[in-house]
Amino acid sequence: MSANKGYSAGSRLLHWVMALMLISMLFLGLSMVQSLAVWQVEAVTLHKSTGILALILVVLRLINKVCSCTPTLPTELPRLQRFAAHITHFGLYCAMILMPLSGWLMQNADGRVVQFFGLFQLPNLLDADIKYFAFFREMHGIVAWLFLAMIFMHISAALYHGLIKRDGVMSAMLTGKKEL
Amino acid sequence: MTKVKRSRLGMPAILYRGSLLLGSMAVFATATLYFAGAFNRDAVTAQKFVDLQQGDTPHAGFRRAHAKGICITGNFESTGALSSYSVAEVFKKGSTPFYGRFSIAGNNPTAPDLKAPVRSLAFAVNSGTVDEWRVAMNTPPVMAVATPEAFFQQLQALSPDPITKQRDPEKITAFFKAHPESKAFNDWKADYVPANSFAAERYHSINAFYLHNELGDKQAVRWVARPHKATSNAAMLDTSSANALQQELASRLDQNAVKFDLIFTLAASNDDENNPTIPWPSDRQTINAGTLSIVSWHNQENAACGDANFDPLVLPQGMSATADPILRARGAAYAQSYRRRAKETLLGAKVSATNGGE
Repeated sequence: MSANKGYSAGSRLLHWVMALMLISMLFLGLSMVQSLAVWQVEAVTLHKSTGILALILVVLRLINKVCSCTPTLPTELPRLQRFAAHITHFGLYCAMILMPLSGWLMQNADGRVVQFFGLFQLPNLLDADIKYFAFFREMHGIVAWLFLAMIFMHISAALYHGLIKRDGVMSAMLTGKKEL
Repeated sequence: MTKVKRSRLGMPAILYRGSLLLGSMAVFATATLYFAGAFNRDAVTAQKFVDLQQGDTPHAGFRRAHAKGICITGNFESTGALSSYSVAEVFKKGSTPFYGRFSIAGNNPTAPDLKAPVRSLAFAVNSGTVDEWRVAMNTPPVMAVATPEAFFQQLQALSPDPITKQRDPEKITAFFKAHPESKAFNDWKADYVPANSFAAERYHSINAFYLHNELGDKQAVRWVARPHKATSNAAMLDTSSANALQQELASRLDQNAVKFDLIFTLAASNDDENNPTIPWPSDRQTINAGTLSIVSWHNQENAACGDANFDPLVLPQGMSATADPILRARGAAYAQSYRRRAKETLLGAKVSATNGGE
């Protein structure tokens, strides 16, 4: 029964690589919008390039999600927790898509080109426009904080399942087995 | 699915596992707060800089610094003389259209033109491409100080007292005494006579940048926009007008193009490109990169320059930023000012300044 299996190796790799990358990006973003340090310039460049990588990975991840089976949650889980899990997952996917897109659009709206480590550039989706800049800049900031809040909830819930309930929910993503 | 039996956790195990869970969450929350700056409240941030610049009554929708200005457009006629130093498109021989802005220092979009201590010329070429170059130049050739922290203190010392609305000369004297590196700046200030026209000032890059050629060589440079007509005609200036400089520029442009040569100075090996307080010796090699030919002007509230962010860290391929700490602080500070006024513009909070300045 596929429902009893954990996540595939590919899904787990995508999850953990993106987890590491996105949390680093969020922390870097929080500090680089304030910092006047000399590294700020390179930080912004790195943030943009990594953002493109995150956008590519989330597309791969969505394809992977459609094409592979997602392990089901334990049946004994209360309906409210089940609902919370689905809502948080949906929210996390929304944030994973909205963060790079709003970043890309806010750059274009400020007349800037987004480059990937100097190798290629993204097409400009918008002409320079201060109101569009404001919209996407504020979106980028607000979604970042919502994203952090959802990641906090996601880690809490995973650890609760893994450490307290020990119902195989966490090992499905850690080892790929729903061992107890 | 069958229900799975698990061994029950004993009390010590629950306490141990529970504290592991709470500890992990505390680490994540603490890290978030750390990167958001919650544990380093004394650090000078872009936000604090812009707070200081905007003062107690921010002018919604306007730049927090250099709020008052006039838009210009024209062409940069490159001599091609810099093309052996930089692969940048703009330095190849030929003509590149630009838009730009003359402005005066200060946060008030209706301030009288002739009262401002500093004037600026900004421009941008090749917008929306990887060859874009944004330039923000000021009348002083050097900075008074070399770090954003010291610059913050300088702005604090120069800020009027919130109660008396007057500057405190003692505070200012004390600041400059504590910063002997400000000597070159103060020497310039003592000799500086404001021109009777935006078109007759010299505007400096202040910070140094690198040029990169196809061989991979890099050369540190500064530049100055040097006016073709260095003498200004006092008769054209209506000194009673708050918009004296804008009006003078407009009537000048109605007659002829206003031109500046972009003169680059090449640093020698013993010049410190990372310190914006030290002028480079006058015998350094200079190169005329080309001529900025300004042909038209527009009110800043309905032209491209009004909504633009002249962030000098937007550099074309073939140019890069030096490690100058002041230069590197400009991006974050400009972005913060831009974010605030953009949001105000989106929310419709922007107040028209056209009438107030007349």
